[in-house]
Amino acid sequence: MAFESLTDRLSETLKKVRGQDRLTEENMDEMLREIRLALLEADVNFTVVKDFIKNTKEKALGQDVLGSLKPGQVVVKIVHDELVELLGTDVSTVDFSKKPTIVMMVGLQGSGKTTTTGKIAKYIKEKNHKKPLLVAADIYRPAAVEQLKTIGEQVDVPVYSEGVDVSAQQIVKNALAKAEADGNDVILIDTAGRLQIDQKLMEELKELKGIANPDEILLVVDSLAGQEIANVASSFNEQLGITGAVLTKLDGDSRGGGAISIRYLTHVPIKYIGTGEKLDQIELFYPDRMAERILGMGDVVSLVEKVQDVYDEKESMKAFNKMKSGTFDLNDMLDQMHQLKKLGPLSGLLKMVPGMPKLPKFSDEDSNARLKETESLIYSMTMQERQHPEIINMRRRERIAKGAGKTVADVNRLLKQFEQAKKMMKQFSNIDPMTGMPTQKPQHNGGYNPNPNRKKVRHKKKKKR
Amino acid sequence: MGLFSKIKETFVGKSTKQNEKYVAGLDKSSTSFSDKINSLAARYREIDDDYFEELENILIMSDVGVNMVMTIVDEIKKEVRIENIKDPKMINDIIVDKMFVIYANDSYMTTKINYAKEGPTVILMVGVNGAGKTTTIAKLAHKMKEEGKSVMVAAGDTFRAGAIDQLDVWANRLGITCIKGKEGGDPSSVIFDGVKQAKEAGVDVLICDTAGRLQNKVGLMKELEKMNRIIKKTIPEGPHETLLVIDATTGQNGVNQAEEFAKITDITGIVLTKMDGTAKGGIVLSIKDSLNIPVKFIGLGESMNDLQEFDLEQYIYGLCHDLMGE
Repeated sequence: MAFESLTDRLSETLKKVRGQDRLTEENMDEMLREIRLALLEADVNFTVVKDFIKNTKEKALGQDVLGSLKPGQVVVKIVHDELVELLGTDVSTVDFSKKPTIVMMVGLQGSGKTTTTGKIAKYIKEKNHKKPLLVAADIYRPAAVEQLKTIGEQVDVPVYSEGVDVSAQQIVKNALAKAEADGNDVILIDTAGRLQIDQKLMEELKELKGIANPDEILLVVDSLAGQEIANVASSFNEQLGITGAVLTKLDGDSRGGGAISIRYLTHVPIKYIGTGEKLDQIELFYPDRMAERILGMGDVVSLVEKVQDVYDEKESMKAFNKMKSGTFDLNDMLDQMHQLKKLGPLSGLLKMVPGMPKLPKFSDEDSNARLKETESLIYSMTMQERQHPEIINMRRRERIAKGAGKTVADVNRLLKQFEQAKKMMKQFSNIDPMTGMPTQKPQHNGGYNPNPNRKKVRHKKKKKR
Repeated sequence: MGLFSKIKETFVGKSTKQNEKYVAGLDKSSTSFSDKINSLAARYREIDDDYFEELENILIMSDVGVNMVMTIVDEIKKEVRIENIKDPKMINDIIVDKMFVIYANDSYMTTKINYAKEGPTVILMVGVNGAGKTTTIAKLAHKMKEEGKSVMVAAGDTFRAGAIDQLDVWANRLGITCIKGKEGGDPSSVIFDGVKQAKEAGVDVLICDTAGRLQNKVGLMKELEKMNRIIKKTIPEGPHETLLVIDATTGQNGVNQAEEFAKITDITGIVLTKMDGTAKGGIVLSIKDSLNIPVKFIGLGESMNDLQEFDLEQYIYGLCHDLMGE
């Protein structure tokens, strides 16, 4: 998932401010500089950053933050609101109600137009029950037509192509007629990648626009892109009047800030995001959730939705009660692991949890392998052993290791892991369900702060007293 | 400024024609970096914080890494203090000098391909999706053919739809052999076939295409590791060159890309593509700084001839074009 580095950086910055009693002009300057650097490192366009800093400063001063006792709260809120504004406040989608809806895909070379075109076709075919037609209008890049044809086969959507010897204008003209004859209600036109300064090719796009009269022109933008992408988007927008953007390659570890600036500079909403190489990896773009993720508040809404989708409430209540009563055993640990597994790759999940970006990175491959190992070890234990791990002595360990095809060291590791989990559970069981805060003072554990909303929570706690 | 001219001297043997093309692609208005700095200098009576901030912005706009920018500006500030420079006009040489120093960093820089002493030279092209690997292969093959080498290509991108066809079309245009596998097949087997056939046919160079992969995809990076092993099986000293293809529009993530790819394979050079646009690809400075990987080639357009050896001087001149005038 993208943006994690920005999250890291901002949460560090805000922590600095949080630690201070009062927000003085001086420490705000330092904070603003940090935010500026963070945004620049995230590839947010520097003019956008300038505005962002200016607005944040103005708002912070205007809201009498200097006298506030909880500057951290105010700053988090302002930065959050500004980021949401930066990303756009509403979820925008493409309106496919018109028949036919004509969508033209444009962008630089290698931004992912053809793949995205295929993804959108699959998405609307399945979710909106449309009958799309793909049009191969990239006659320049070798094998671009073949690429779209292959993708069309994969998603089972017809592709209109006339090879590369016919002009793009002619292809689009004929495709429109074909769509009408075949009753296609959405027409997706894949165009060749081009530089915004290539007048000849931009002229071609304008002509294509004139012919197709598209309802949407989507600019496909690589989330790996840097500062220049703002100019690219502005230029495409000026010349064509784009109606939306699609952010691709968001499954990379880029911070994707350049794409944020597009939203800000061109006022064009981001409509879809591409999150993987497979053709079903496309999602709608939720600005507020993204802003929260950037801020390190975590995408709690998405997480809750995801958890609700797969989590068995009864099962987890059972585990929670066991946790509370302290009778958590290896069976429960295994159950929990299975439940977690249903939620998908752990790394993706953790990123949605507030405060989690501070955890070191780990790979899903590793965690899956670990899960499998744990599974086989626990399955090699008797029921009694699972419920009372303390009875597992050396001989039992050897037997378990043999049964699972592992070593005694692996068994030891699992048991240690279980002890740690149990300890953690004990801490959790002290949590007040209303505030999410420990009812007793937590141990100081290496500066790890599981909740970036600490201020807010503290506030609530105070009210309770 | 001694170092500046010294480095300048190392860039000899370039034909005028090549230089012209370079300038045309890199710097559309042919306004040099010095001119731009001059115009910045002209607007400032003395060197103050505003001046440095503007300089910072100029560099950041070119996608030079943020940390790198801070380093460069700090170095310049230091130099200015030591030399007690007050007039912005005096600062120009220092800026260019510092950038050269940081890029060159006393290390060995070459844009030459490390050809094998005997047997085929194997070149592996890697990079993220859409960076321009396949097109670059075509250009590189064309360039080598012009130099009188026999070239073969292997279509190791078996994942992306149409990638094999794309390389095949180029190979046909160039009149060279393209080793192909099945779409969706194991790329390592294609590479294996390629290496084997290149050896049997006795060609000079084999260029292997690979599928675009984001550097945080562990599975795909492992696949790349495997390809490396496969090459070494037949040609132990191969691949002689592993070129990382980076799109000039790439932002700060470029350093990450280089770092992660370098962990898996021994990256010997960078090809900076799409430099015919307005993007500056300043991130290569940071990559050189943190990983010491030099840029070997730059892509300046869509035709076969549009691949040039990297010229640091021209590059740094072109880097800040457009930005100073603001």
